[in-house]
Amino acid sequence: MDLSYSPDEIAFRDEVRAFLAEKLPRETAELIRRGGHPGKAEMEAWHAILNEKGWLAPNWPKAFGGAEWNAVQRHIFEEECAAANAPRIVPFGLSMLAPVLMKFGSKAQQDHYLPRILDGTDWWCQGYSEPGAGSDLASLKTRAVRQGDHYIVNGQKTWTTLGQYANWIFCLVRTDPDAKQQEGISFLLIDMDTPGIEVRPIILLDGTPEVNEVWFTDVKVPVENLVGEENKGWTYAKYLLTHERTNIAGVGFSRAGLETVKRMARAEISGGRPLIENPHFAARMATVEADLMAMSTTNLRIISKAAVGQAPGVEASMLKVKGTIIRQEINDLARRAAGPYAMPFASETALGDNDPIGPDYIGPVAAEYFNNRKLSIFGGSNEIQRGIIAKVKLGGGK
Amino acid sequence: MNFDLTDERQMLQDSLRRFLADRYTTAARNAILEGETGFSPEIWSALADLGVIGALFTEAQGGFGGAGFDIAVVFEELGRAGVVEPFLDTALLGGGLIAALGSEDQQALVGDVIAGTLHLAFAHGEPASRYDLARVETTARGEAGEIVLDGRKAVVVNAEAAGQLIVSARESGGVDEPDGISLFLVPAGTRGLALRGYPLLAGGRAAEVTLDAVRVPVSARLGAAGQAFGAIEARVAAANVALAAEAMGAMETAARLTGDYLMTRKQFGRPIGTFQALAHRFADLLIEMEQARSAVINAAGHLEDAPQSRDRQIAAARNLIGRAGRLGAEEAIQMHGGIAMTQEYELAHIAKRIVMTDHRFGDTDHHLERFIALSAA
Ligand SMILES: Cc1cc2nc3c(=O)[nH]c(=O)nc-3n(C[C@H](O)[C@H](O)[C@H](O)COP(=O)(O)OP(=O)(O)OC[C@H]3O[C@@H](n4cnc5c(N)ncnc54)[C@H](O)[C@@H]3O)c2cc1C
Repeated sequence: MDLSYSPDEIAFRDEVRAFLAEKLPRETAELIRRGGHPGKAEMEAWHAILNEKGWLAPNWPKAFGGAEWNAVQRHIFEEECAAANAPRIVPFGLSMLAPVLMKFGSKAQQDHYLPRILDGTDWWCQGYSEPGAGSDLASLKTRAVRQGDHYIVNGQKTWTTLGQYANWIFCLVRTDPDAKQQEGISFLLIDMDTPGIEVRPIILLDGTPEVNEVWFTDVKVPVENLVGEENKGWTYAKYLLTHERTNIAGVGFSRAGLETVKRMARAEISGGRPLIENPHFAARMATVEADLMAMSTTNLRIISKAAVGQAPGVEASMLKVKGTIIRQEINDLARRAAGPYAMPFASETALGDNDPIGPDYIGPVAAEYFNNRKLSIFGGSNEIQRGIIAKVKLGGGK
Repeated sequence: MNFDLTDERQMLQDSLRRFLADRYTTAARNAILEGETGFSPEIWSALADLGVIGALFTEAQGGFGGAGFDIAVVFEELGRAGVVEPFLDTALLGGGLIAALGSEDQQALVGDVIAGTLHLAFAHGEPASRYDLARVETTARGEAGEIVLDGRKAVVVNAEAAGQLIVSARESGGVDEPDGISLFLVPAGTRGLALRGYPLLAGGRAAEVTLDAVRVPVSARLGAAGQAFGAIEARVAAANVALAAEAMGAMETAARLTGDYLMTRKQFGRPIGTFQALAHRFADLLIEMEQARSAVINAAGHLEDAPQSRDRQIAAARNLIGRAGRLGAEEAIQMHGGIAMTQEYELAHIAKRIVMTDHRFGDTDHHLERFIALSAA
C-alpha cells in the first residue's frame, strides 16, 4: 500500500497542469467557472487542442491514436481538468462508440470512423432510449428492415444528448421482432443527414436544450453501417454500457464542485460570520468531504484493478451510485450557500447581458442542482445499479 | 381538539381548488411561465373576485379571514396547483404590512389590494443580509421635511408589477439591530429608484432594487419611526406559514403525480410501482406528507401566539418541511425517471416550487438554528 503519487505520477500531474495553464482557453474556463454551458464551438475547440497533444482519447490504445494511460493517469487528468474548469470531453464517440468499434467493428469501420472521431469530423450521439424503453432498454421498438443492401429504419429515439450538434448517431434497432427481446437487436451507425430523420429539442427543467427526440421515417441505412453481426447488438450495447460507467464516479467534478461551495461559503455572510463558520453548514460540508475523500480512493482502487481499456464489473455500479449521490449532495450545498440568490433564473438570454445578478461568486447553482438530478437517472438509473449489485452479490452470478 | 376546517374555510378551499383545477392547467401555467410579466393579470383578478385575497385579511382590515388557518388553506391550494402569482408578496406581506402599521389614509391601499387592483412588493432583503431580518444597511434620513432613502435591495419579488414598494430602511442603530428600522411606501417610478428585473427559476419575477437619494414625504412612513421590526417579524411569520403550506400543497401534487405514474409506467412488462424498491419509497413519501401536514397545522395554529411561541413553532415547521420537501421533490423526480427532467412536465415545475421555498425567509438550517435558539430562551 502506498497512497502517495510516484515521482512519475507527480511529473505527469505537473505536465497536465502546465498544459492546462497554457492551452485551456480562458473565456471557456471562465464560462464554466460561472456555471455556464459551453456551446458546440467551445467543445470542438477544446477537443482539437487535446487532440493536437494526443490527449483526446486517454482510454484508447496507442495503435488507434490514443494515449493509453493507466487508471492513475486518467484519474489525475480528470481531476486536473475539472479543477481547471475545462469543458468535459463529449463521450459519445470517444468513450462509447470507439471501444465498440475497436472490439466488434470491421477493419473498414475502424479505419473510417476512429480517425474522424479524433479529428472532430464527426459528432456522435447515442440512440438507445425510446419513450417506452428506458430502464428496460431491451424492449426497444425502433425497427430496421433489410431491403437489398439497405436497412429501412422507422421509429423514435429520445433523450438524445446533444443530438442537435451531431452528424452521426449510433442506434440500437430491432432487426428480428420474433426472436427473444435481447436476441433481435442490432447496432447501426446512421448518418443524421439521411432523409427521414427529424430532431426535435426537449427543454430540460432548468431551461437547457440538452436533449432531443430523434424520429426516423423510412430512413435508408447502408448495410455496411451494421456493426458486428445482425441481432448481436445487445452484446455490444452491454459492452458499451460498462464503458459508459468508467468515469461515472465523477470524482473530479465533485472536487471542483466542493471547491466552489467553499469559495461561496467563505464569501457569504450568515448571522454576521462567514457561512463557512456556521456549524450547520460546516457540518454538511465536512460530511460530504469525508465521503468524497473515501470515494476518491474507492474510485482509484476499483479502476486500477481493471486493465487498461477494460471496464470494471459490478464495482462500476457501486461507483455510479455513490459517486452520483455525492455530486448531487454538493449541488444541494451550493444552492443552500447561495441563500436568496439561488432564486433568480440567471440565464444569459433572460438577462440580455452577462452581469451576474447577485454577488459574482454565485452562479446558476439552483439550475445546476435541478439539472444534475439527471445523474442518478441516466447511464442506468441508481435503482437499476443497485439491482445489479444485489443480483451479483446475492449469488446471481457474475 | 377538532381538526376539521370551519364551513367557511372548507368552502373557500373547495372553490379555490375547483377554480385552479379548471383554469390553472399545466398548459395555462406553461404559457404564464413563458410570458414577459411573470404572472397572469386575468387569473389575478379572477382569484381576487373569488375572495382569495380577502381571505388573507381580518374583518377589521376589510377582509374575512386573516388567521393562520385561512392563510394555510389558501396557500396549500396555491401550492397544489403550482401557482406563480404573487399572493405572498402583494397580499400577505405588502397588504399585511400596510394593514398592520398604516395610517387611515394608507389603509385605503389595502382595499385596492383586496380588490385585486394594486400590486405591492416588500423590498427588505439586501445583498448581504441573507436570511437575517434585522440586517438593514439601507438608510433613511430626514432632509428639508422629506425622507431620503439610499441603499440596495435584493431579490425583491414582484417589484416590477408593484404600484408601491414597501422599503425598509434604517433611521438609527447599527446595521443588524432590530431597533431603528422603518418602512416607507415608495411609489413605482419615483426618481432615484432603479429596478433590474429578471425571471425566477420557479416562476414569477423579481428585481434588484437600487435606491439612490430617493425622496419621499414623511407621510410615506408606515408606523412610528424606527419601530417597524416587530411588524416585519409578525408578517414574515405569516409568510412562513404560507410558504410551509404552499410547499405542503405542492408536495401533495408531487406525490399524486408520482403515484399515478408508478401505476401507469411499465418497464420489464409491469408497472414500475410493483417494484418494491420504488413502492417503499413511495410509502415513505406519504408518511412525510402526513408529517408535513401536521407541521403546517402546528405553525398555522400558533401564528397568533406571542412572538416566542409563534416563532418556535414556525421554525420547527419550516425545518421539517424543508427536509420533507427536498425528499419529496427529489424522490418524485427520481421515481419518474427522465420524463420528470423536462420543463413541460408538471412535476418539474412543482418540484422547483417546493425546493425554492427553501430560499425565502430562511432555509432548513436557518430554521433549525432559530428553533434551537428559541427553545433555549
Ligand atoms: C438528461 C438525460 C440525458 C440522457 N441522454 C441519453 C442519451 O444521450 N442517449 C440515450 O439513449 N438515453 C439517454 N438518456 C435516457 C436515460 O438513459 C433514461 O432516462 C434511463 O435509462 C431511465 O429510463 P426512463 O427515463 O425511461 O425511466 P424508467 O425506466 O421509466 O424508470 C422510472 C423509474 O423506475 C425505476 N425503475 C425502472 N425499473 C426498475 C426496476 N426493475 N427496479 C426498480 N426500479 C426500477 C427507475 O430507476 C426510475 O426511478 C438520458 C436521460 C436524461 C434524463
